[in-house]
Amino acid sequence: MITARQAVHEDFDGWREMARHLVAAGVAPDGVVWTDGDAPADLFATPDTPLPLASDAALHRVRANVGFLDLARSALMHRAPERLGLLYRLLWRMQRAPRLMQDAADADVRAAARLAQAVRRDIHKMRAFVRFRLIDARYVAWFEPDHAIERANARFFIDRFASQPWSILTPRLSLHWLEGRLMEGPPASPDDAAQDDPTEALWTSYYRAIFNPARLKTGAMLREMPRKYWHNLPEARAIPELIAGAQAREAAMIDASASSAAPPAPQTLDDLAQAVATCRRCPIGANGTRAVMGEGPADAALMIVGEQPGDHEERAGRPFVGPAGAVLNAALAQAGIDRAAARITNAVRHFKHTPSPKGRLHQTPSPAEIDHCRWWLEAERAMVRPRHILALGASAARAILGRTPNIMAERGQPIPLPDGATLWITAHPAHLLRLEGAARAAEQQRFADDLARVARGLGSTA
Amino acid sequence: MPATESAAPALTRRANVMERLAILADAAKYDASCASSGTTRRNSRDGKGLGSTTGMGICHAYAPDGRCISLLKLLLTNHCIFDCHYCVNRKSANGPRAAFTPDEVVELTLAFYRRNYIEGLFLSSGIRKSSSATMEQLIEVARKLRQEHGFAGYIHLKTIPEAEPELVARAGLWADRVSINVELPTDDGLFRLAPDKNAGQIADAMGQLADAITDARDAKRRFKSAPRFAPGGQSTQMIVGADAASDSQIITRAAGLYGDYGLRRVYYSAFSPIPQASAVLPLQRPPLMREHRLYQSDWLMRFYGYAPEEVRQAADESGMLPLEIDPKLAWALRFREQFPVDVNRAPKEMLLRVPGLGLRAVQAILNARRQRRLTLADVGRLTVSIKKLRPFLVTADWRPTALIDAADLRARLTPPPRQLELFA
Repeated sequence: MITARQAVHEDFDGWREMARHLVAAGVAPDGVVWTDGDAPADLFATPDTPLPLASDAALHRVRANVGFLDLARSALMHRAPERLGLLYRLLWRMQRAPRLMQDAADADVRAAARLAQAVRRDIHKMRAFVRFRLIDARYVAWFEPDHAIERANARFFIDRFASQPWSILTPRLSLHWLEGRLMEGPPASPDDAAQDDPTEALWTSYYRAIFNPARLKTGAMLREMPRKYWHNLPEARAIPELIAGAQAREAAMIDASASSAAPPAPQTLDDLAQAVATCRRCPIGANGTRAVMGEGPADAALMIVGEQPGDHEERAGRPFVGPAGAVLNAALAQAGIDRAAARITNAVRHFKHTPSPKGRLHQTPSPAEIDHCRWWLEAERAMVRPRHILALGASAARAILGRTPNIMAERGQPIPLPDGATLWITAHPAHLLRLEGAARAAEQQRFADDLARVARGLGSTA
Repeated sequence: MPATESAAPALTRRANVMERLAILADAAKYDASCASSGTTRRNSRDGKGLGSTTGMGICHAYAPDGRCISLLKLLLTNHCIFDCHYCVNRKSANGPRAAFTPDEVVELTLAFYRRNYIEGLFLSSGIRKSSSATMEQLIEVARKLRQEHGFAGYIHLKTIPEAEPELVARAGLWADRVSINVELPTDDGLFRLAPDKNAGQIADAMGQLADAITDARDAKRRFKSAPRFAPGGQSTQMIVGADAASDSQIITRAAGLYGDYGLRRVYYSAFSPIPQASAVLPLQRPPLMREHRLYQSDWLMRFYGYAPEEVRQAADESGMLPLEIDPKLAWALRFREQFPVDVNRAPKEMLLRVPGLGLRAVQAILNARRQRRLTLADVGRLTVSIKKLRPFLVTADWRPTALIDAADLRARLTPPPRQLELFA
C-alpha cells in the first residue's frame, strides 16, 4: 500500500504532482492511502512505500479537463480528509471516461461537487462576515472559517482594502496587509482583536432600525446567517431582543386590531348613520359631541361636502343649519341649485372645538383626523354615487382627494375622479363670514361664480 | 487620501448621530431593494481610493425579518412636503424628523465600508423644499464619495421623478443603479393613495432613465472613454396589498415595466401597517406569502420563459395567485395535458415547466442525459426532492400512470401549513 501525504491542506500543485505520478504509474485508487500532514497516520503501520516516479512520457498521457481542475482546486480546501482520495478516484476514472465530469448524476462527481459548493459558500460567507475593528490605526478582524480558504480569499480583501492596513486573524494562520504587501503570520486567538471600536455601536443601531418588526422571518435569517457566525458579528448581539420585541408587538397588534378594527362597511345609509353615531376611532369622535350625518336623497346627483358640524349643527344634528348654512343656502338659490335635491354632508362627523367663555370655538381638524374620518365619507359616496361633488374648503377637498389642495389655484374647475364623478372645489361659506368690506364682496362673487359653474356642469349631465 | 479615517471617532461623538441614524434608517426600511449585484467589476488594489465590486452582490448581514443587509440604506432626511398615505414619512404623520448633511452620509458610508459592514450605499430622501433641491443633495453625496474619496463600492440612488430631467441624468453618472418607485400597481391606486404623485411624470422619468442607460451602453461600445451611466441598470418597487389591485393586474404591470423600460428588477413590497397609518389604508396587511408568490411569478417570466398571460393563467377567477402552492405548480395542475415530460427527450423549455425543477437542475439534466439515459434515482440526485416531480416526469424506469389524472393531485402536493402563516 502506498501512502500519499498532503503536507499543506489546500496546496493544489502539490496534490496534482502526486496524483499525476500515481496515475502515470498505474496505481489504482484502492492501492493508495491519502493522508493530511507530515506525521505517519498510523503508528503501527509499516514505513511508507515511496511514491512511484513515472516517466515523462507516461506523465504526458495523464489527462484532466478544466472542469475537473476547477472543481478539484475548490474541493481541496474542504476540511474533510476524504477529499484527497475522492479527487484521485475521479482523476483515475476520467482517464477512461473523459466526459465523466459532465455526469452530475454520478455519485463521485456529485460528492466532489458538494465539497466544492461548501467551500464556495464558506469563501462567500468570509467575505460577508469578516468584521474589522479599528485598533491602533489598523483594521483587525478575527474570523473562523470552516475550511482552508484564508489564502484563497486574500485577493478579495486586497482588491477592496488595499489603501488601508488590515489583518485577518484565524485559528490556523493570520494574514497581514501592511504597506502594500501581504504577509502571513502564525495562528492567532480572538483576544488579539478584542478591543472595542465605537463604530460598532453605530452599526448595531443601524441594524436595529433597518429591521422591520412587522415581518418576522427568523428561518430565512438563520439559513443565511447561521448561529455559528454570530459571536463574531457585533450586530448579532441585538437579535434576541429584536425577536422578542417583534413578537410582543405582533401580539399587541392582534389585540389592538381586534378592538379597533373597522366594522364591515355599512350597506345602507341608516346603518351608516347608526355606525357613525358610535364611532370613537379618533379624538374628535370621543369628545362627547353628537355625530352629524349627511342628509338629502340617497341617489342625489350632487353631493356637497363641508368640513365638520359647527355649534348649531351639533345641537340640531343636521348639517349646515347655522350662519354658514345661511350663506350656502342663499348662494345655492342664486345659482339655481336645489338644496333639497342634493346630498349634504361633512368630511368630519363630529364637532372639534375648544371651550371658551363665549361658547364652543371651532377648531380645524388635523389632516390625520380628516383622513381617519374619510372612511365614512367614502362609504356614503359609494352608496349615493353622486355624479358631481362640491367640496367646500380645504378640509372637504382633502377628504375627497387625499391631499390638501391649493384652493385659489384649483377652485371652480372640474376635476375628474377615478370613479367617474366630477369634483368641484370652492371656499367654505364660513370663510366669507370672516371677511369684511371689499374683500368679502370679491370673495362672495368668486363663490357665486364657482357655484354657477357647478350648476352648468349639473345641467349638462342631468 | 489618508490610509485610515480620522473622521470616524469624530463622527461617533457628533451630536445625536446615533439617534438620527436610527430615525433615517427606520424610515428607509420600507424600500425592499438591497441588491448590490450586476454592475461593472472594479477594485482598488492599486492602493488609490477604496472598495471593489465583484459583479456578485454580498449580503453582509441578515435581519430577523429575513432580509439581506447589503447596503447602508438611508434617507438623507425624512422631512417631506408630500402626503402619500402608505408612507411613514408623509407630511401629516407625527413621527420624529431628522436629517443628515451630505458630508455626514459620506463619513458614515466610509466608516461602515472600511469595517466590511456593507457593499455600499442606498440613498433616498423625503422631499424638502423642492424635488430638484433634494435631488441635488443626493447627487452631491454620490459625487463626493466617487470624486473626493475614490469610492469604488456600490451606490444606488433613489431618483425623484418630479426633479428636473437634467438632475435625473446626472445621478446616473455617479450611481451604479438608479430607481424610481411606481409605488402602486394601478394609476387609480396612485391617485387615491399618493395624491401628490403623478403617474405620467413617473413614467416619463423612467423612460428618460431607460434612454440614458441605453445611450451610454451604446457609446461605451464605440468609445472606451465614454462615461458610465448606471451600469447596474434601473429598478422599481410596487407596494402590494395597499390598494385593491389583483395579482393579475400586478403581473401585467410588471411585465409592462420590464418591457417598456428594460428594468433589471421589479420589487414587490407587502404593505406593512405603519405607525400613524392613515385610515384610507386597509387595517390588515396582506400575507407575506403573497409577496413571495409574486416574486416567483416574476422569476417565471424572467428566467423560465413564461409569457405574462401564461403566468396569469395560474391565477384564479378573481385574478389572485394561490397562496398554498407556487405559481409554477398551479400552472402545471391547470394544464395537465402538457405532462408528463420525458427527461431524456424533452426540450429545455418543457423541462423548465416541470414543477420542482430549477434552472440549475435542468442544466444538469441536459448535460447528464448526453452521457446516458436517466433514471428516477439519477434525477433525484440532481434535485432537492423528487416527491413533487414524480407526477410530471417520465424517466428510463418511471412513468406516472394514474397520478397525473388524480383529482386530489393538488391536495397531495400542497405542503402542510406552517406556523409562519398563523401571523401572516
